[in-house]
Amino acid sequence: MTDTTASFRTRLTTGIDRFGGVLLLPVELAVIALLLIGQPSTWATLTIAGLAMGMMIFLMASGLSLIFGLMDVLNFGHSAFVTAGAFIGATVLGWLGFWVTGGNPALNLAGLLLAIAAATIFGGLAGWFFERVVIRPVYQDHLRQILITVGALIVAEELVLLIWGGAPIPVPRPAVLTGSLVLGGVSVEIYRIFAFALGLAVYVALYLVLNRTRLGLLIRAGVENREMVEALGFRIDRLFILVFMAGSALAAMGGAMWAGYQGLITAALGSEMMILVFIVVIIGGLGSIQGSLLGAILVGLMANYVAFLVPKMALASNMLLMMAILLWRPYGLLPAVKR
Amino acid sequence: MAQTTSAIGAAVPNSKAGRTFAGRVTVYGLVALIGLALALAPFLFPDVRSQEVAARICVFIVLVASYDLLIGYTGIVSFAHTMFFGLGAYGTAIAIKTMGPGFEAILLGGGIGIVAALVLALLIGLLSLRVKAIFFAMVTLAAASVMMVLASQLSDFTGGEDGITYSIPKLFAPATELLADADGKALRLFGVALNGKLALYYFVFISALVLFLGMLRIVASPLGSVLQAIRENEMRAEAIGYRVVVYRTAIFCIAAGVAACAGILRAVWLKYTGPEVVLSFDIMIDILLMVVIGGMGTMWGAVIGVVLMTLAQYYLKDLMALGAEASSALPIVPDLLNPERWLLWLGLCFILLVYFFPAGIAGTLMGKGVRR
Repeated sequence: MTDTTASFRTRLTTGIDRFGGVLLLPVELAVIALLLIGQPSTWATLTIAGLAMGMMIFLMASGLSLIFGLMDVLNFGHSAFVTAGAFIGATVLGWLGFWVTGGNPALNLAGLLLAIAAATIFGGLAGWFFERVVIRPVYQDHLRQILITVGALIVAEELVLLIWGGAPIPVPRPAVLTGSLVLGGVSVEIYRIFAFALGLAVYVALYLVLNRTRLGLLIRAGVENREMVEALGFRIDRLFILVFMAGSALAAMGGAMWAGYQGLITAALGSEMMILVFIVVIIGGLGSIQGSLLGAILVGLMANYVAFLVPKMALASNMLLMMAILLWRPYGLLPAVKR
Repeated sequence: MAQTTSAIGAAVPNSKAGRTFAGRVTVYGLVALIGLALALAPFLFPDVRSQEVAARICVFIVLVASYDLLIGYTGIVSFAHTMFFGLGAYGTAIAIKTMGPGFEAILLGGGIGIVAALVLALLIGLLSLRVKAIFFAMVTLAAASVMMVLASQLSDFTGGEDGITYSIPKLFAPATELLADADGKALRLFGVALNGKLALYYFVFISALVLFLGMLRIVASPLGSVLQAIRENEMRAEAIGYRVVVYRTAIFCIAAGVAACAGILRAVWLKYTGPEVVLSFDIMIDILLMVVIGGMGTMWGAVIGVVLMTLAQYYLKDLMALGAEASSALPIVPDLLNPERWLLWLGLCFILLVYFFPAGIAGTLMGKGVRR
């Protein structure tokens, strides 16, 4: 009796694995949602919205996940970079004025890219400062890490309030990215396509760097076994700071994208997004880029489908998703490290 | 967690036993002073604002001490403590709102709140206490935010963002006389009217005292020793034969239950329950700051931390407003001294404190940081 169930289980798992295993989860989710929603056009709109949202969350989550994987540091102050990125992006867009709102698509895009670049560069620099001043003294000490990064988060949020004030700030959206396309009865916001494309580009870039370059090799080796990489004579602290800067820069980029998506931002933006980011990182498994992407897409789709089906359950649904996945796989779907 | 404690231990010098003794005496003296001041608060500081401060201190001592059971004694970092606090408060508030003001409403609503907190704590604990500390912190943070969103969205039950206002049992109304004098007015003792407000304060004070003593008992019990063993070295505790997950879940449930009790006290004292006063993340940060400032791993530290932080919250803001006014001619200074920005300064102090005095005030004075 037990023999047959065991063999059935292995057959089932290998069967699932052959078709991509957990990578199929978003597809399964989408199919279930299609059955529940019924109208294909609504479903398509929601799916695209979910994918775009997932990509923006991926930008914010991948940095956090990588930093954790390599450095064993969970940065509770990560959302400060998201907030700062959003505000800097909004400010730059505001400065550029006619560039952004005028009719010239090339200038529009240039303005938006400039704003995102400004946010990203700021994120990198702030990350450098943060790693040097705040986190460096508390490596290897989780309790104090959590406390100190929470303290830094408070200070950073207060600084944002000090500089930009507490009132919501409108974000001008580039003229070329406003409005929506209608493709076969499905209306798609152009900004969402842009967000999806940017997220995908970042993912591909990260994937190539991590898997095709010497630097990526060192980072992956560091995630797997830090002491060994150090023993082989590589300066792992330089890798740390590089990864930390990259992670913070990605968070700021995600923040800037999210600001453009929302249109109206407050200083609480970062901490609101952070909940989703944490859920994504937990679902995906700490330390892996693929896991973050998978988790982000799951969360984005779930949020949009449930917001349509049962509006009041939107955030709670992601929480339930996380609980279910933790019950099934306590370390997340695709963890890079099992510590 | 072994690395954590060694780092904390290294930061606190333990060379002079004499100094530790003096420190101990200082801490006990301070706590005794605070206890005395709270016990006699209505007579010592009769004005309304001081009463508010005293009652808040009572409630928060319970809340922070229960949090210290987790973070200080067991080494669990949870961000869901306000969630349990809120469950107690909302349970009481909703019961009073639907059943009318009465003690049975407080008992029933509070009871439901406590049970809900226990069940939720059990679920979260069993689900995620077996994995890394850092994972647990994230799970609790997510759970707490979901609870906050639920509280503001289920406005039919919880009053949404506005919260619930209600009246409390008649015994606690300011117009109620406990002892009437010849004219039919409330009898005065040392110039303080013996009215319902006084009864309410002592209800809060005595409940808080009982809960605090209960927690002291837990810490001194064998359970407390096991918890500290888990904090020091999880593997070793497991190897000796203690089931770490069970103990962790147990203390998480106990702390959740106590936090819910504190929530009941808060709800009864304030006559109002809303997301801002019981659930918001600001309160979680307050609790965290209080525990760390006072000293993790000592119940006395919780008392000192709460008193310092609460006094700072109520009176430092006034001071900052004065400073902002005085410096209004200068460029950036008034913005920095704006009372709204007080968290900025507190955050900076917090970071410095974690760097240089990780054992907190009580821990540093008592030499508690050394656990070897």
